[in-house]
Amino acid sequence: MAIFTLKTDARRRLILTAEDGQEYVDVAPVRAFPLSDPLHAISICDAEGRELVYLDSLDELNADQRALVEEELAQREFVPVILRIVNTPALTEPSSWRVETDRGHTTFEVESEDSVHRRAPRQVSIVDVRGIRYLIPDTRTLDLHSRRVLERFL
Amino acid sequence: MPERSLTESADTWAACPDWVRSLLAETLAPGETPLTWFEPDLDCRLHYAPAVVVLTDRRLLSYQWPGGTRQNGRPAGEPESRHAWTLSPQLELVQRDNTGVGKLELFLAGELISTWRYTAARAAGARRLSDGLSAFQRYGKVGASPVAVRPASLECATCGARFRVGEVSCPECGASIAKSPMMSLLRLFTVARKYLWMGLLGFALTLASTASGLIPPYLTMPLMDDILVPVQGGNIVDLSMVKWYLLGLAGASVLAWGLTWAQMFVMSWVSERVSADLRIKTYTHLQQLSLEYFGGKRTGDLISRVSSDTDRICYFLSVYVLDFLTDILLIVMTAAIMLSIDWELALVTLFPLPFIAYLVFRVQDRMGHGFSLGNRAWAEITTILADTIPGIRVVKAFAQEEREIKRFKKANDRVLNTNDRVNKIWSFFNAVVVLLTDLGVLVVWLFGVYRVFHHSILVGVLTTFVAYISRFYARLDSMSRMVSATQRAAASAQRVFGILDRVPKVAEATNPVHPGRLEGRISIQNVSFRYGTRPILKNLDLAIEPGEMIGLVGQSGAGKTSLINLLCRFYDVSDGAILVDGTDIRRFPIGEYRRCVGLVLQEPFLFYGTIAENIAYGRAGASRAEIIAAARAARAHEFILRLPNGYDSLVGERGQFLSGGERQRVSIARALLIDPRILILDEATSSVDTETEREIQIALSNLIKGRTTIAIAHRLSTLQQANRIVVMERGEIVEVGPHAELLERGEAYARLYRAQLDMQSGRLADEEEDDLEAADEEDVDGAEKTS
Repeated sequence: MAIFTLKTDARRRLILTAEDGQEYVDVAPVRAFPLSDPLHAISICDAEGRELVYLDSLDELNADQRALVEEELAQREFVPVILRIVNTPALTEPSSWRVETDRGHTTFEVESEDSVHRRAPRQVSIVDVRGIRYLIPDTRTLDLHSRRVLERFL
Repeated sequence: MPERSLTESADTWAACPDWVRSLLAETLAPGETPLTWFEPDLDCRLHYAPAVVVLTDRRLLSYQWPGGTRQNGRPAGEPESRHAWTLSPQLELVQRDNTGVGKLELFLAGELISTWRYTAARAAGARRLSDGLSAFQRYGKVGASPVAVRPASLECATCGARFRVGEVSCPECGASIAKSPMMSLLRLFTVARKYLWMGLLGFALTLASTASGLIPPYLTMPLMDDILVPVQGGNIVDLSMVKWYLLGLAGASVLAWGLTWAQMFVMSWVSERVSADLRIKTYTHLQQLSLEYFGGKRTGDLISRVSSDTDRICYFLSVYVLDFLTDILLIVMTAAIMLSIDWELALVTLFPLPFIAYLVFRVQDRMGHGFSLGNRAWAEITTILADTIPGIRVVKAFAQEEREIKRFKKANDRVLNTNDRVNKIWSFFNAVVVLLTDLGVLVVWLFGVYRVFHHSILVGVLTTFVAYISRFYARLDSMSRMVSATQRAAASAQRVFGILDRVPKVAEATNPVHPGRLEGRISIQNVSFRYGTRPILKNLDLAIEPGEMIGLVGQSGAGKTSLINLLCRFYDVSDGAILVDGTDIRRFPIGEYRRCVGLVLQEPFLFYGTIAENIAYGRAGASRAEIIAAARAARAHEFILRLPNGYDSLVGERGQFLSGGERQRVSIARALLIDPRILILDEATSSVDTETEREIQIALSNLIKGRTTIAIAHRLSTLQQANRIVVMERGEIVEVGPHAELLERGEAYARLYRAQLDMQSGRLADEEEDDLEAADEEDVDGAEKTS
């Protein structure tokens, strides 16, 4: 069990108190494998990005701390899951994608087909020109049109 | 509503979209002036939802719409919630950007009262608002930072916001700005306008050669009906016309030959010139673009844009456009001829054409899809090759040959499978295309035979019709390829125009000041630099005297190279200014200014050519004596003399046969020859051994004499002759002073110095770790104090 405590301050920043009583303001939990293993290998870093604590698994935390970490992770992570591709993006660069995600409808630009990656046999990730990542965990869940579109980019 | 001009003014509000203005119209109190705005695109659960925050001279207004109400770049319907906060000095906006998603928090006397969330696309707006508030609180006004030149801006067609030329999508609403590829294809004609007359000549020749190709069937008709059929039927006919018909056939062939020759020649002449023009235009523009553009692009991609894309356009113009024109003309003329001979048969003949054309197009489309699958599989092979051949040393060092062979085999098998599948489709569909065209001809035969039986037409007319219609259907196949060829050429045109439309972000000043002979006094005033949304340099202040040598040290990522890039004007500052001899460097013409700056890089890049040419790269007119003098000063003269061809030796691609130290000395000679007033050494000695370093040090000490020098170095020992050392950490200057003074102070520089000494004297690794840890903790203390 890790020996440290987490709390938030009036500015809703996460504060970590280490074993020796040292306080670190504005710490951030970071997943080491956000795509392949999101629940394990979690690191808590200070505001400058230096690792303070490393957790093998979120289970090492007690319920309150875990809730804090999970809430903070949810606030930081923004990887919309694409449910449907609405338009037919042109094969030219950059292409414009209109999609329906788990966070609502949006439009984004993709620099080139190099930005569309197959990570696992059925998992696809897309990075737009702003660096925002979009995920398709399982291409089989998409409708025919979306799958056709993806096929052209993979 | 104020009149909006197309050039970006210092008035931030002028760029605001119309719908925000109309939204405010009912809310603003009389006399209240809006200053700036920000459109977050997420709600607090990080779902897409439109919102807008407006800063006025009295209040901060916030509107939030429910998710999914954004239409055409603006929210539809009524806001879900509205808030207004009266401005007070206790209000504070804090912007925090994480990867992809950012947070703008509003504090009142240190307490969080509101939060807005946004994606990286809107980060610029968030910064504008938070900067706007603090500027208004401090100075009572919101102004854009004074910039020498601002590129002209464009207006977003969707939301009306204005943005800089060169953006891919609207920074406010995210709508795509890229023009459609077909538009790019049309733009080719503006490039081709120069060759209008030759183009028209080509078109006239096409018309003539197509027409001449239609003569032979027309002549066979009377040959058959007036002579051959009656002769076979046992009738006596006048044979005097036969030789004329045959001569006519021969003449038509000769005419068609000559015209086709001329037409091909003219059209390829034009298309070659269009693509050559496009190539030189693209390359010229590429050379003028700022370094930033190259940072974000892969070299291979840029090379292919300049070479193969322009080539593809040329091929499209000379082959496809020509063929297509011929086909269209052929169809129109044939139809006219057939109608004039026998309109009933002509109508029946033409009737199935649209259906069969449609079917052929569909089949071609499917085949095109199959081929692109094949190309993709092929691209994977190329990727593996491009990956492993340059990295062959790593592959061998880790003994991973087997694994790479397996990887290649997998890709190879995929190519095989895809091609098998494609071939299956292709062979079948190809046959289908043949069948369809045969069907078209069959229709003519059917109706023709029926008419011949009923003696309403002659056999000659029928054979002429069959001859015409077969040409027709034969062309359908190639016409259907036109669709995909057009798409590909349009994509190429777009990629080429993608370069041409890019505006250099480092812009030339409108009223330039000529630098002349600079003294080399540098003054860095409150300089900040952001790359995208990431802050790299924060409020740097530094004055450097002429002839002074400054050593720049700090961990990698501290911002040393960024500062150098700003000094060379590879990038422009985001805030503040860099003055040289009292003039903002943005006011100098870029080329003239850079000629006053000498740059020696860690990895010297030598071009293909002789040593002498490389030394004289910055000053093509330098005399041999000057080149030798520069080489002497750079301690390169002697080793150059030892080369088989002396100064005339060729430097292989990237200087293969010179050692690292030798290349470095050639590049020092190159910098010496332009006699710069400001010299920048970017880790010039870090890639060589200590012995060579000593040689280079001597060369450098010649170089820096009397020049303002800024040197980055990892080995602090090389900076001992520096007048002052500047220590950077996380984009800020933490210490400035002479070597000895900084050592005495015992802070950041002393720590770095000690760490290096320890490494050199070979102390045990674990002791060193303790030291570093101690250093880390001290750093954290520092961060605590500042936050």
